Amino acid sequence: MSTGCARAQARAGWLFIAPALLLLATFFVLPVVAGLLLSLTDFDLYAVADPGAARFVGLNNFAAVLADDAFWRAFANTLTFVLIGMPLSLAVSLAAALLLDHRRARLRGLFRTVYFVPVVTTLVSVAIVWRYLYHPRYGLLNYGLELLGLGPIDWLGDPRFAMPAIILLAVWKNFGYNMLIFLAGLQTIPDELYEAAAIDGAGPWQRFRHITLPGLAPTALFVGVTTLIGYFQLFAEPYVMTQGGPLGATRSLVLLMYEEGFRWWRMGIASTVAVLLLVITVVAALVQLRLQRRPT
Amino acid sequence: MTRRRLETVLLHAALLTVALVTLAPLAWMASASFMAPGEANTLPPPLLPRAPTFANYTALFTRLDMWRNFLASAVIAVTATVGSILVNSLAGYAFAKLRFGGRDRLFGSLVVGLVVPAQVAMLPLFLLLRELHLVNTYAGALVPYLASVFGIFLIRQYTLSVPDELLDAARIDGASELQVFRLVALPVIKPILVTLAAFTFLSAWNDFMWPLIILSDSAKHTLPVALANLVGEHVQDTELMMAGSFLTILPALMVFLVFQRTYVRGIMAGGIKG
Repeated sequence: MSTGCARAQARAGWLFIAPALLLLATFFVLPVVAGLLLSLTDFDLYAVADPGAARFVGLNNFAAVLADDAFWRAFANTLTFVLIGMPLSLAVSLAAALLLDHRRARLRGLFRTVYFVPVVTTLVSVAIVWRYLYHPRYGLLNYGLELLGLGPIDWLGDPRFAMPAIILLAVWKNFGYNMLIFLAGLQTIPDELYEAAAIDGAGPWQRFRHITLPGLAPTALFVGVTTLIGYFQLFAEPYVMTQGGPLGATRSLVLLMYEEGFRWWRMGIASTVAVLLLVITVVAALVQLRLQRRPT
Repeated sequence: MTRRRLETVLLHAALLTVALVTLAPLAWMASASFMAPGEANTLPPPLLPRAPTFANYTALFTRLDMWRNFLASAVIAVTATVGSILVNSLAGYAFAKLRFGGRDRLFGSLVVGLVVPAQVAMLPLFLLLRELHLVNTYAGALVPYLASVFGIFLIRQYTLSVPDELLDAARIDGASELQVFRLVALPVIKPILVTLAAFTFLSAWNDFMWPLIILSDSAKHTLPVALANLVGEHVQDTELMMAGSFLTILPALMVFLVFQRTYVRGIMAGGIKG
C-alpha cells in the first residue's frame, strides 16, 4: 500500500469514528465523570434552580448513604434479585437450550421463536400483565394454586413473596435471550466428542457433565457476566408492580437512585448511590470472572 | 426402541409445556383486552371474552388520547434506529477495516464502557440536557440510543470477516474510502445492519427509565411511560390496562417476527465471539 493511500485511510478512519466518539464522549463519558463529581456535592432542589448553589462536600454523601438503612435495604434487595434471579434464569436458559438442541426435537425453529417472544416484549407492559396475574383474588396464578388446594398468596402485598414474584417475572421475560447464546455455544461442540463418549459407554448424564458443561464454559462466562450487570439494574419491575413496597421489600438500588434524584431532587445523594452501584457492579463482575475462570 | 419412543414423547411434552408457560401470560393479556369492563374481575377468572369488544381500544385512542403516545414512541424509536445505523456502522466498519494509529487501544477502552450501567450517567445527562434546553423534547429522548458501544462492537465483529481483497480491489479502481464503505462494504454487512436496526428499535421502543426522566409533558410520553402512569389511575380497569399493554407490545412483536431470522442469528453470533 502506498503512503498516500495509508494516509487517506487513516484520515477516513478518524472521520468515520468521529460522530460515534463525539456522541459517546458528550452523552456518556462526560456524564459518567460528572456523576462522580456530582456525588461529591450537596446538589439538591435549590441547585437544580441555580447550579451555583451546589457546594463541594467531600465524601459526606458517601458517609451519609452508607449510614442509611434505606441504602442497605435496597442493596440487600438488589443482591437477592441478582443472587437468586440470575442462577435461576441461567438454569432455565440452559435447560431450554438443551431441549431445543436435542437431536430428535421437531419444530425447533418454531419453539425457539416462541421462547424468545418475552424478550422482545415491553417490560412495562408485561410487568402490568403479571401484576394482574398475581392478583390475590382474581389472578390466574392464585386460581391455579387454589385448584391444587394451595394459597391464596398475596404475591405483591406480602413482603416475603414480592421479591420472588418479581424474580419469577424476570426469569420468564429474560430466559430466551441467554437460551439463544447457549444454543450457539452448544453448536460449537463437535458431534464427534459425543459419539466417541457414547462408544466408550458414557451415559447421558456423564456426557452432559464431561462434554457439554466444559464445552459451554466460554459461553457461560459471557452470559454470566452480561446477565449479572443487567440484573443489578433492576428498576421497571418494582416501579410498575410494587413501587418498591411492600415495606420496602422490592426497592432496588436504581429505584432508590431514581427516587432520590428525580422525586426529591437530591442529585448529590442520588449520584452517590449511582457511583456505589457502579462499584458494586464492577466488583461483582470481577468476582464472577475469577470464580468462573477457575478450572473445574 | 420403546424407551427411545418414550424419551421422544417426554422431550416434546417438555418443549410444549415451556411454550405454553411462555405464551400464557401474553395470551391472557390479548384475551382480556377484548373483554367488557369488569369481566376479568369475576370468579372463576374467565379465559376468553364472553362477547369480544373493541371498547377498551376505542377508549385508549379517544378518551385517553393514547395515539399521541403511540406517535411519540414511533418517532423516537424510528429516528433512533436510523441514527444508530448511520453512526455505528461507520464506526464499526472503521474499527474493523481502516488502519489508523491507536485504533485497537481506542476500541479496547470503548469495550470497557460496556460494564458501566447506563443509569450511572442518567442524572448528569439530565442536567446537561437541561442546559441544552433538550429536556422534554424528542431529541433529548433519543440521544442515548444513537451511538452505542454494543452497536459498534456488533458491526465490527461482523465486518472483520469481510475479505480485505474486496475492499482493496475497489480502492485500486479509484474509489474513495466513503465509496468503498457505501458501495462495497455496506451491501456485504447488510445482515448485521438488520440485526442492529431491530435491536435499536426494540430497545428504544421498550425503554422505560430514560423517557420517564426526560419527558415531563404527558402528551410527549412514550407508550411505556404513559402506560405506567395509566396503571396508577386505572388500576381497577383490568381490561383497559390489558388493551394498553397489548397495544404497546404489538409493534415490538411485529418487528421481531418480521426480522427474527437475521435478528436471532446476530445475537447468536455476538454471544459466541464476545
